Amino acid sequence: MKPLRALLARELAIAWRQGGGIGRAVGYYLVVVVLLPLGIGPDQALLAQLAPGALWAVLLLAVLLSADRILQADHEQGALELMLLSPVPLELTILCKALAHWLTTGLPLALAAPLLGFLLNLQPDAFGPLVVSTVIGTPALSLLGALGAALTLGVRRGGLLISVLILPLYVPVLVFGTGATAAAVSGSGAFVPSLLILLALTLAAILLAPVAAAAAVRAHYR
Amino acid sequence: MQRYANPTRFMALSGAALPWLAVATVVLFAVGLYLALVVSPPDYQQGETVRIMFVHVPAAWLALFAYLLMAIASAVGLVFRRPLADVAAKSAAPIGACFTFLALVTGSLWGKPMWGAWWVWDARLTSVLILFLLYLGYMAIWQALEEPQRAARLAAIVAIVGVVNLPIIKFSVDWWNSLHQPASVLRLDGPSIHHTMLVPLLVMAAAYMVLFVTLHLLAMRSEVLRRRVRSTVLVQATG
Repeated sequence: MKPLRALLARELAIAWRQGGGIGRAVGYYLVVVVLLPLGIGPDQALLAQLAPGALWAVLLLAVLLSADRILQADHEQGALELMLLSPVPLELTILCKALAHWLTTGLPLALAAPLLGFLLNLQPDAFGPLVVSTVIGTPALSLLGALGAALTLGVRRGGLLISVLILPLYVPVLVFGTGATAAAVSGSGAFVPSLLILLALTLAAILLAPVAAAAAVRAHYR
Repeated sequence: MQRYANPTRFMALSGAALPWLAVATVVLFAVGLYLALVVSPPDYQQGETVRIMFVHVPAAWLALFAYLLMAIASAVGLVFRRPLADVAAKSAAPIGACFTFLALVTGSLWGKPMWGAWWVWDARLTSVLILFLLYLGYMAIWQALEEPQRAARLAAIVAIVGVVNLPIIKFSVDWWNSLHQPASVLRLDGPSIHHTMLVPLLVMAAAYMVLFVTLHLLAMRSEVLRRRVRSTVLVQATG
């Protein structure tokens, strides 16, 4: 447990000191959410309808675009190769790194979503369900982002490639996240089932994404 | 199966089989199209438009089959370290992507007269579109990496991760409220489609399958030759 705790502390410290890791992601989120009503028009009713989906979709992009920093710095400095050789299984190392990414990027974005909902005239009874769904769904996003980072290690201009590979896998999280919010607002009774499916997706990602990501990292170093 | 993993033997066998497969493809398509377009009856609701089914449904079946083949070949290549399995996976992707695209386009052409819309975001259509994107992502990662062995391993992981989409596509019409027709052929209760339409459908499916095998073997042969050229060039450059 101690090496994992030390690794988590290291990851959090790097993210904190790297200057602007959290700020950059939330800033991106803010800027794109500002673009949407400027493009769509000021119709308040229309914006209220679009708000949950738009907030979720831009959240996905913000998490994904910051995902390659999970492994890139360590790969460039050779630390990832050392992590390969350590007695701690690489799967746990990657799980730890993804947890750090979630704590420093996913969770702040998830908590920022309702604040940005004000810009999009999000309905008042959607605020709580939105936050709950994003907090439950973003760990899956960070874990799949780690998988994408592992697959595109060292690929030049890999940002677009990560998006092409991982955004299709984000679709279930998006569908059930927005579904949960919409169900809570309309009172259709699908709120808790959608949240449970979101939770299942996150749990499945916790189990499977580190395994696939570790296999990808090993494939890079073979 | 181990015996056929030898690339030289594969080239010999596939070279011998290809002419027969090509002939079989043409014959099956001729018979299938005749049965589908001439012999099978018009639908009592859809009229003659139902005949798109004979192009759309086998394309969708092959799209799923090609991805499954790609995932299995990737797993075999990853676990047993067989380069020919990696070649099989890589070659299946563009063909599967084309079948998926064909299924989407013919489905859209069928949807416009039937549902009044070129496209709806229901579960079946969305998950097949995701399948198409997964194919594109798979091909993208092959292109992104220079060394075939490393690219093969990473692409294998991408293919295996994406295979979770296949049961979602199959059961999407059961799990969600979908405009798309529910399962009519592969059901626990047996096919619910009349034999005058089922037989042409199965013949067309066989035609598509033989077409896929022909194209796949052709693509595999090209890839094997491409790798040989690459090795020769590398030896010449370093030797």
